[in-house]
Amino acid sequence: MDATAVRERVSALLAEHDPATTDPTEFLRARFDAGLAWLYFPVGLGGLGASRDLQSLADQLLRGTPDNDPGRIAIGLGMAAPTILAFGTEEQKRRFLRPLYTGEEVWCQLFSEPGAGSDLASLATRAVRDGDEWVVDGQKVWTSGAHLSRWGILVARTDPDVPKHRGITYFICDMHAPGVEVRPLRQITGEAEFNEVFLTGVRLSDELRLGEIGDGWRVAQTTLMNERVAIGGGTPRGRRSMIGLLADTWRERPELRSHDLHQRLLKLWVDSEIMRLTGARLREQLAAGHPGPEGSGMKLLFAQLHQEASGFEVELLRDEGLGYDDWSFRRSDGVDFLGRGAGYRYLRAKGNSIEGGTSEILRNIVAERVLGLPSEPRVDKDVPWKDLPR
Amino acid sequence: MTLLYTEIEEQLRAAVRDLLTDKASPGAADDGELWKALARDIGVAGLLIPEELGGAGASAREAAVVLEELGRAVTPVPYLTSAVLATRALLGVPDAEDLLERLAAGEITAALAVPFGSSPYRSPLSTLGDGAQAVSIAGSAISGQIAAVAGADVADVLVVPVRTGLAIVAADDPGVTVTPVTSLDLTRPIATVEFASAAARFVAVEPGAVRDTLAFGAGLLASEQLGVAEWCLTSTVAYLRERTQFARPVGSFQALKHRLADLWLEIVGARAAARNAADQLAAGWSHSARVAVAVAQAHCGAVAVHAAEECVQLHGGIGMTWEHPAHLYLKRAKTDEIALGTPGDHREALVGLVDLPGPVRA
Repeated sequence: MDATAVRERVSALLAEHDPATTDPTEFLRARFDAGLAWLYFPVGLGGLGASRDLQSLADQLLRGTPDNDPGRIAIGLGMAAPTILAFGTEEQKRRFLRPLYTGEEVWCQLFSEPGAGSDLASLATRAVRDGDEWVVDGQKVWTSGAHLSRWGILVARTDPDVPKHRGITYFICDMHAPGVEVRPLRQITGEAEFNEVFLTGVRLSDELRLGEIGDGWRVAQTTLMNERVAIGGGTPRGRRSMIGLLADTWRERPELRSHDLHQRLLKLWVDSEIMRLTGARLREQLAAGHPGPEGSGMKLLFAQLHQEASGFEVELLRDEGLGYDDWSFRRSDGVDFLGRGAGYRYLRAKGNSIEGGTSEILRNIVAERVLGLPSEPRVDKDVPWKDLPR
Repeated sequence: MTLLYTEIEEQLRAAVRDLLTDKASPGAADDGELWKALARDIGVAGLLIPEELGGAGASAREAAVVLEELGRAVTPVPYLTSAVLATRALLGVPDAEDLLERLAAGEITAALAVPFGSSPYRSPLSTLGDGAQAVSIAGSAISGQIAAVAGADVADVLVVPVRTGLAIVAADDPGVTVTPVTSLDLTRPIATVEFASAAARFVAVEPGAVRDTLAFGAGLLASEQLGVAEWCLTSTVAYLRERTQFARPVGSFQALKHRLADLWLEIVGARAAARNAADQLAAGWSHSARVAVAVAQAHCGAVAVHAAEECVQLHGGIGMTWEHPAHLYLKRAKTDEIALGTPGDHREALVGLVDLPGPVRA
């Protein structure tokens, strides 16, 4: 598979399905069936088994044609799809990937719990086998898009008698099943981007299990790694970025400038460029088939920079920074880190060092897995989950 | 164009690293043998010199890889000062071909006679001072004094920026005195260079050529700083895995792990920035090359210093001793931060390069 073959396939798709007259969902289905959804996926599952670097070519050739709303399908695309691809049965792959890609079925993530944040493996949501079904009871939190979702990726405890990492199983949760209750969770920006999800006697068929019983922690690692890449993947050149936004304000509003802000802006500009280059180098490594450990650092870098830049922006705006666009409690369908006003951006950025692995946990990961430093002495390692203090 | 290392670059790195592992140890002075082996056997002296003059016709990308390795070992050889700065100043100068041939062969070394802290964004003539300190020309001789010149102590030829271009002076001319100065950096000392009616050969260069040379050197210095920082991180990690206190390896304490994770991340950024600068410089002199140099220097200078400071601190008492090599890296890193423009100089250059103007006067 090479660039010429991709061009030919794109031409054929466009010839058969005129984007101007085809229904958007129909077009996306056709794009999936042509293998042009995610080229690096296998043939028949929306891809062509091609290398990752051909994806940008396809995206470029198909620019302007109907596309899915990136905020709405972010979790499906960024987290559920790679996990289903890696661990799903053939039947699961065929059933779930196509409507996930077209946006006909939205996905959410049922991982964090009130008692299991950084220590996700201590999670307490129980799944008990009952014939061909599992009965799920527990509470999940920080679930974006739960109210819009058809499916959720769920980790639950299936064996409390073994140490915590070993007693977890990964499921696909039917969000329309009886016993699933979704409540909005208001956050510091005023809106509710996330939800709490209460699971009470929810019955899931064993066919919705992803991976082996007790192997859920390993399956979840695939999801989490992809989540970090999705959040911290960096902004390719030319795409809108926080520093671009700041630089525009700076150039257009000379009356806001001061010497102190100037020095700090130059530092931020350099830091943004460093992040951009780090991301560019990472993408080159991925394309060459040598993913480096840099991936684990990108989200850390992004959180630091985004928080600093968004705080700078509020300060730069002075009197305007004293206002806020809207505190009303409402649901948002997606998240745009660069959306709304400076105050929103500042507050939303606070989540960047918490969601998808706190910066503290990511530093542990870098120190232990990249640098090979020893872990802290563990008191929970070989203790059955049921005996751990909670 | 790529931010990764090519196979040829990795081979060059391996050759340099093998030689340094074999023949160098941090802090040991070079009696000239090490430089000879590097310059002639591996051929690093002629990397940037065209093949028709006996060089390798390589680019800034390869030179950068050599600097990474020399930084990693704080090797006391005049690579940056002779094979990068002085060589680059003479490249493309028609009257300097004889010199370039001898430099490429490793027969001689040269030094660009400017203070090592010269910023590429100010005229080197103004940094040479004025009044009593300025270099003056009388006929075919020059007189004057230049302080804080790196690499002058081992140079056979001094390349001196003057108003008409460059003056080329033999270091053994009776009118030349090179006085080594007790230097912060023990592995790349500076010297005061004095000319008293020293015989000079004058060559013309393009206006701004010396500043471009300084910027070229600054862009490559980022790779040396990367090498310095990498050694500091690697040796600190190794030490923290071994050193036991409170019945645990101290590297298992989260407070230290987080500091090292942050340092690692800074170095990941330094590698991307240094590679980008080398790659842009290899492609020729352009606006994006200027930006790449400024960004790399604004970041890498501070990263090397941070890495060396963490290295000393996290080694505890042993890091404070003369016996442990950490101090050599700290001294090199702090000197490199000033060399060829401070991080602040390079950030300030971005004001014009990327249009981020300062406050307007009320």
